[in-house]
Amino acid sequence: MVSEPILRRTALFDAHRALGAKIVPFGGFEMPVQYAGILAEHDAVRNRAGLFDLSHMAQFELRGENVAAWADSLTVNNVATMKPLQARYNIFPNEHGGAHDDVIFYRLPDRWLLVVNAGNADKMWAHINAHRSGDVKLTNFHGVRALIAIQGPRSVEILQEFVDIELAPMKYYTCAEATIGGVRGVIARTGYTGEDGFELFVEGDAATALWDAILAAGRAHGLEPAGLGARDVLRLEAGMPLYGHEMTEEIGPIQAGLGWAVKLTKPAFRGKAALEAQSADATLPKIVGIVLDGKIPARAGYRVVHDGIDVGEIRSGSLGPSVGKNIATGLLAPGAATIGSKVSVEIRGTPHDATVVELPFYKRPKV
Amino acid sequence: MAQPAGLLYSKEHEWVKMDGDVATVGITEYAQNSLGDIVYVELPRIGAELQQFGNIGVIESVKAVSDIYTPVGGEVVEVNAELEADPALVNREPFGTGWLFKVKLADVTQNQNLLSPEKYDELVASA
Repeated sequence: MVSEPILRRTALFDAHRALGAKIVPFGGFEMPVQYAGILAEHDAVRNRAGLFDLSHMAQFELRGENVAAWADSLTVNNVATMKPLQARYNIFPNEHGGAHDDVIFYRLPDRWLLVVNAGNADKMWAHINAHRSGDVKLTNFHGVRALIAIQGPRSVEILQEFVDIELAPMKYYTCAEATIGGVRGVIARTGYTGEDGFELFVEGDAATALWDAILAAGRAHGLEPAGLGARDVLRLEAGMPLYGHEMTEEIGPIQAGLGWAVKLTKPAFRGKAALEAQSADATLPKIVGIVLDGKIPARAGYRVVHDGIDVGEIRSGSLGPSVGKNIATGLLAPGAATIGSKVSVEIRGTPHDATVVELPFYKRPKV
Repeated sequence: MAQPAGLLYSKEHEWVKMDGDVATVGITEYAQNSLGDIVYVELPRIGAELQQFGNIGVIESVKAVSDIYTPVGGEVVEVNAELEADPALVNREPFGTGWLFKVKLADVTQNQNLLSPEKYDELVASA
């Protein structure tokens, strides 16, 4: 008999069940993949607001004078240049230019918060401990601290009454310590949907009261609970990579089209030589956006053909409700990976016409 | 949840309505609910010869591709053309306008291999 891994539950598990969520295993946790349905939840986030439980993601706390220099040696983006109350996207590369994980660093007045993908939590905890140096102190709050995201154009108006700081002036990719629904926590203007929104870091035992209160007050503004299914569609439309799809230990930030985050001007860091070589290598396959002409969605693993030659594979694919078409990402050979390039996607033995397009597929309207 | 009477069911969550030697096939409420928002249905061609319990097409939801296994064998005599433009009919009315295809039965005793509403209820309850 094959033994199945024991799944953990977030602090909000009972709240999800009470809302009738469909629960699936994800990243070692039993997580809500949908409530009312992916399309309805997607629509809520794009036009009103959605509330997500992201407590399966791991939160590590970093303290000490040497955190920035140490983190700079293990990541591709700049850490030391971050000001207090700034958040920044980053990638932990391996020695070969692939990616251990993509993450966000949040700099608080007296400490740093590092949020890593649930599926990489154990690997990343081992990695940063194995490379720990100087006075850096690491604490793992995975499964202990909750993470709730509110995403969508009405996020500010819904959330404002629950926090003791002014939300409107907060800039994208900044964070603050605040009282949130009566408890101390961290609030950040970050997200993974392509919409405005906030992520709330609170203790697990405070999560259910906060979730219920925001949902109850937000319903009048069109707020809906939203699951991981909608989140994946939203992030794909917004052109954001998902670890395991657009980035892996084999597919690093250069191939994933995240060269902007790789600061080769930084002094020595892990994987730098390999990333330098990759950024100068015009023969490497690249992640691109693909729009299909027809009604059949492309899925991860489908082959892509250009001028009669197999040029790569689909890495993510879905209906893009805001695009009105089936959208995908593909890892394609450079000859095919140019904007406007006509390709065909092999779906169950039949070729289907598609076009290489610029990412993202969706940009939110400017207010 | 009580299953509609007068239909037979498969373990793969399809339903069959027998009308003489023609059977109408669809997926159940349980199946559509498990799949979520359906965005594409790939049906067999009219005239195709199907084997009972064979894999004869796919249903695609936003997130996943699922195989359709026909609960009865025979020749396809009609497919639900409405699903081309509106695949979500399968979500809205799985036992009604969201039917999939009709088969002229190769052998009318195939119904002995299918589940009664009560037996299918038990299957869903234990799922």
